[in-house]
Amino acid sequence: MNISSILFYAISALILGAGILAVTSVKIFRAAIWLLFSLVGIAALYFWMQVEFIAAIQIVVYVGGIVVLIIFSIFLTQNSGKEMVKPAIGKVIFSALAALLGTAFVYNLIVHYEGFKYISAKPFNSNVEVIGTQMLSTTSYGFILPFEAVSMLLLAAMVGCIVIAMRPNNEVETNTINKTENN
Amino acid sequence: MQEIPLTQILFVSTALFFIGMYGLFTRRNLITMLMSIELMLNSVNINFIAFNKYLFPDKLDGLFFTLFIITIAAAEAAVAIAIIINLYRSHNSIDVEDATEMKY
Repeated sequence: MNISSILFYAISALILGAGILAVTSVKIFRAAIWLLFSLVGIAALYFWMQVEFIAAIQIVVYVGGIVVLIIFSIFLTQNSGKEMVKPAIGKVIFSALAALLGTAFVYNLIVHYEGFKYISAKPFNSNVEVIGTQMLSTTSYGFILPFEAVSMLLLAAMVGCIVIAMRPNNEVETNTINKTENN
Repeated sequence: MQEIPLTQILFVSTALFFIGMYGLFTRRNLITMLMSIELMLNSVNINFIAFNKYLFPDKLDGLFFTLFIITIAAAEAAVAIAIIINLYRSHNSIDVEDATEMKY
């Protein structure tokens, strides 16, 4: 039981505890903040697993991007101090039972699987240079094609979001413009 | 690092996935459903990184899958919130039980 194991258990407790609070909290702003804690916990888990680049990307994109976007949308669409409607007790019991049985079933499958062959002799080299070279390479295990496709997807998503969330033009606006032009 | 076996990291990701699933079934508010979906996507990311690190340390495929999942989840969350804002303008509520126009 070295300090590395203790750290892993603490990080896992943060992730799962904040996740449970995020899905059961009745106030919507608190649920968003618990989600933020859970995502920071997942970034801490990536730092513990020594994939620092993915941890940094997690903090920048998920915590600094998606959670901020969710908080903006909470402010734009409703009162954030009001409590949300609690779900019916039947739905809560059935969903909790489904989640618990699902976790037990899948974890049972994982524990009794004999095929995990650990190759702990080789070190896991995941610095930014290796990631960057492989992502932009066209030959050996290169990921240049998904990289370009994801760039197109981001452009399409950006344009689509602006079009969907744009405020429609009113009739009053064009009438006032015509009046000022006639004067 | 070597004391934690792979199955314990997989337990964390499995539990997080089913916590997100519980949130998706139970919540009525569209934004909290989106938060549960983000939890599920993050659990899959933990899975990919753990498998890559423990079973295939000479390749980086799991890491690249995780990078692309993070990117696509960001695009999907942005489009989902644009749709939620548009729905709020017409219905004045983001309760999923209030959007019943296409119900048979």
